[in-house]
Amino acid sequence: MRRARHPTEDPLWAKVLITTLVLGFLALVLLLPLAAVFAEAFRRGADAVVGAVSNPDAIAAIKLTLLTAAIAVPFNAVFGLCASWAVAKHEFPGKSFLITLIDLPFSVSPVVAGLIYVLVFGMQGWFGEALIDHDIKIIFAVPGIILATVFVTFPFVARELIPLMQEQGTAEEEAAISMGASGLYTFWRVTAPNVRWGLLYGVLLCNARAMGEFGAVSVVSGHIRGLTNTMPLHVEILYNEYDFVGAFSVAALLCLLAVATLVLKGLLEIAQPAVRGRGH
Amino acid sequence: MATTTAIAARRRPLFRRKSAIPGFGLTMGVTLSVLSLVVLIPLSAVAIKAAELSPAEFFAAAFSERAIAAYRLTFGAAFAAAVINGVFGVLTAWALVRYEFPGKSIVNAMVDLPFALPTAVAGIALATLYAPNGWVGQYLTPLGIKAAYNPLGVVIALTFIGLPFVVRTIEPVLRDLAADVEEAAASLGASRIQTVARVVLPALGPAWLTGFALAFARAVGEYGSVIFIAGNMPYTSEIAPLLIIIQLEQYEYAAAAAIAVVMLLASFAMLFVINAIQAWARRIEG
Repeated sequence: MRRARHPTEDPLWAKVLITTLVLGFLALVLLLPLAAVFAEAFRRGADAVVGAVSNPDAIAAIKLTLLTAAIAVPFNAVFGLCASWAVAKHEFPGKSFLITLIDLPFSVSPVVAGLIYVLVFGMQGWFGEALIDHDIKIIFAVPGIILATVFVTFPFVARELIPLMQEQGTAEEEAAISMGASGLYTFWRVTAPNVRWGLLYGVLLCNARAMGEFGAVSVVSGHIRGLTNTMPLHVEILYNEYDFVGAFSVAALLCLLAVATLVLKGLLEIAQPAVRGRGH
Repeated sequence: MATTTAIAARRRPLFRRKSAIPGFGLTMGVTLSVLSLVVLIPLSAVAIKAAELSPAEFFAAAFSERAIAAYRLTFGAAFAAAVINGVFGVLTAWALVRYEFPGKSIVNAMVDLPFALPTAVAGIALATLYAPNGWVGQYLTPLGIKAAYNPLGVVIALTFIGLPFVVRTIEPVLRDLAADVEEAAASLGASRIQTVARVVLPALGPAWLTGFALAFARAVGEYGSVIFIAGNMPYTSEIAPLLIIIQLEQYEYAAAAAIAVVMLLASFAMLFVINAIQAWARRIEG
């Protein structure tokens, strides 16, 4: 005899239909592009991939991407810690407005994010002449790339930490302070252990975006090979030169970064279910 | 009257109570300084640059025929992509929350791929897939469908970008949805389809709208994944962010800023709508 279906369980046909639809859709939209990158990269064998990735221009792009992330991510992590301490552990008027302002870069098109720095530091910009006088290059140079990256990844750590610290309240910190601990000691011994997984989660997402950012960096970079090309920009140049194996080889490296990010993210969510699903 | 306001004001001072936790001055100072220097002041440059134009020049730059065609494509394609994600996002969240199937945890992780994959990589991959001789494109060409280098390509790229927003907004709400309402509906004689249509889906409404708006807002500003597949023909497949870059490359900084102002105002409007939906959702979901 057939087991009676629980009243809130979908009938079998619906389960099969929906699961098939979902898996088909996800395979088409997500899996196929990922597979295409590796298939195109390895079209002429592994040697071509190694050659493309170890090309001096590719190496320079990889180095610049690592450098950019190495500056932008810690900067935003420190900012995120400051912002979340101020917002979550204290009361003040206009708090939700401040949170909206911190989130603002997520609502701004990456291209506009690049444009604003061109308007401030570019040749015709606010500080254009002063920078030329002192022979400082920001736009079409590495500092502009780092600034644009800081802008687009600005909210990642803060928006992860603020809700987490708010949930945890202030009781533990107040207890530590009242027993004579200093503020820094309290942060280090009480708050930090409570938020470290959330911090790591924010840093992980921040890093993925910092290494992968394209639009904002493209506006301020000037695309000078070997000098101001990050990995995503290098992918674009090679692609536009019809060097598809080269473009997809560097793209494959970025895919590995994305997959590693997703794996770590999944592990973090298992280790600390509380950090999960805070949105992006 | 004046005294009552004064008392009310005294009862609710600006800072409700002096926090025992130190470091407010320092951390707030850092937060406001960095926020101003990195985000707010540079953003104001767009408005200040655009203000160099006379109103007539501003309208000529921001609402030229080419710019309007670009807005229409950008917003239209973002809307179409959000609708597609609205449908498949609900189904995906439903399958992830309610069903068990092999490889579910991998599928769950895959949903976030668009957050982790650099947009340029997605762009060249999609352009290659949907090109007339690509893995997918070769089956579309005989049907007379031109996907890549066409507005349809823009929709495909924006669908990729927006999917996780819908899934990840609906998923927690669906998971928290109390089973007893569904049981009650079923025990009162509702069929499964009636229960889902009349009880479950309305409860998901606010989350669905939020996810839809987030996906739409992200898609409107998207650049990297679109430009490779779009074809970038003025008036037909050129998106608004690309038009900003084209103006910049011609040193038309003020014109670029004018288009950026329109895009920023649209972003702020959407941010406002999203906040309003979320406030409404909190009231409904309690």
